Amino acid sequence: MVDSLRGNAAVVGVGLTEFTGMPGMNHMEIMAVAVERAIADAGIDKSEIDGIFSANFVELLTPLTVAEYFGLNPTYMDGTNTGGSVFVNSVQSAAAALTLGLCNVALICYGSNSATGKFTHPPAMRTVEDVYKPRNPISPYALAANRHMHEFGTTREQLAEVAVSARKWAQLNPAANMRDPLTVQDVVNARMIVDPLGLLDCCLVSDGGAAMIMVRKERARDFPKKPVYMLGVGSRTDHNLISAMPDLTTTAAKPAAEAAFAMAGVTPADIDVVELYDAFTINTILFLEDMGFCEKGQGGEFVSNGNIAPGGSLPVNTNGGGLSCVHPGMYGMFLMIEAVQQLRGECGDRQVADANLAACNGNGGFLASQVTAVFGTEETL
Amino acid sequence: MDNNKEITNPGPLQTYEDNLAKGVFRIQQCRDCGSHVFYPRQLCNHCGSSELKWVDVTGRGTVYSTSTVRRRPEKGGDYNISLIDLEEGPRMMSQVMGMDPEDVVIGMEVSAHVGLIDDQPAVVFYDKEQGDKEW
Repeated sequence: MVDSLRGNAAVVGVGLTEFTGMPGMNHMEIMAVAVERAIADAGIDKSEIDGIFSANFVELLTPLTVAEYFGLNPTYMDGTNTGGSVFVNSVQSAAAALTLGLCNVALICYGSNSATGKFTHPPAMRTVEDVYKPRNPISPYALAANRHMHEFGTTREQLAEVAVSARKWAQLNPAANMRDPLTVQDVVNARMIVDPLGLLDCCLVSDGGAAMIMVRKERARDFPKKPVYMLGVGSRTDHNLISAMPDLTTTAAKPAAEAAFAMAGVTPADIDVVELYDAFTINTILFLEDMGFCEKGQGGEFVSNGNIAPGGSLPVNTNGGGLSCVHPGMYGMFLMIEAVQQLRGECGDRQVADANLAACNGNGGFLASQVTAVFGTEETL
Repeated sequence: MDNNKEITNPGPLQTYEDNLAKGVFRIQQCRDCGSHVFYPRQLCNHCGSSELKWVDVTGRGTVYSTSTVRRRPEKGGDYNISLIDLEEGPRMMSQVMGMDPEDVVIGMEVSAHVGLIDDQPAVVFYDKEQGDKEW
């Protein structure tokens, strides 16, 4: 009986594409660019990959497509789809599969041409919400934002602070899509999409691919790059439709983060860098509260005055996030790779000094799936 | 548990929609735990029982959250999307009608009507004060 996944598996390779448009490439071709880079980063042969973890919004049977595309015969496949959080969920599954010996080299991968390609979804189940025409995915987040404003007095200016902080990080990241200066007034005055969320409260729609390779800790030091260990993970959900969410101001990131921090044996105060799924500005506020970086209801105040921007007390979304760096349909992979690169010390102008512990939270569906993972350097094992 | 319980067709979702088509808004209630259940299900999402019966509702509810979807006038203009807490307990998505969408506020008391959205029967809500207004 394995009593914990703490430190059992490590990330030894990551790969990212450019985040600008890649017209004429399909999602698999974009994914392949990232996979090639992750394989090179890990210094392995692709034939060593025997675990595949992959999902997207454009096709079913994704692990089969991935195995075929790369000419692999995996011993373990996971095509779970919990929305954009799924790749953080994959880290949990991969760590478990590696621990049990179901696979030896796990590939977690994603690619999307959502900016330049035709973005279509497989048929979804009809629901009782459809007739009302919510503008998904924005409407559910707008409903959560409005409820948060109602209960805690959170303001549009405070939501805007999230976007402004993300932009300041993006200005330090040459790979980020949006690097022009941005002010709170710019965000508040932008065209309204679904009240209270305006255009600049919403994430980008970009192309992009990302891939990550994980192995058991026994092998983790045998690769060219500094290993980054998974120290803790927690995956929770409490609804799918937004009308079934018990409390629109508290997400399942609360129990997910509690589980992840407990497994890692750390507290929010120990964390050096935080990477959250900022599909909308309200997300960052909700997750900072739910994960325990501030009290419930204090998130608006916490993100203000540059507190999560470069130079602030807590570095959050250091690549520029989904709001200013990249958001190709599902963002969970990209926030984890930023955490890995921060812990490796590879982040150039945006590098957080002495970063040893990173907390990631993936969000899926309409605030529905929440998966927190804590990553750490060798020193934190 | 009765493993030989008769399965009744159509299923709960179709039954809900058939009721709406007749202008009737009914939801389920669990015979075992007493909870009201929405959206319509085969099993009670509170206790797991399959002993669900259809019941009338008061139609009274409270706006739990609200938003305005911005849409160009030529496509029909702005419209409201709200979450309504029914007096019986369940929460549902709906539209609050009969007023400017941005005038809908959290905590407002509303009443249900079965109307049509794009020719499809749907439960919509009006400000309680004008609840009996025909539309």
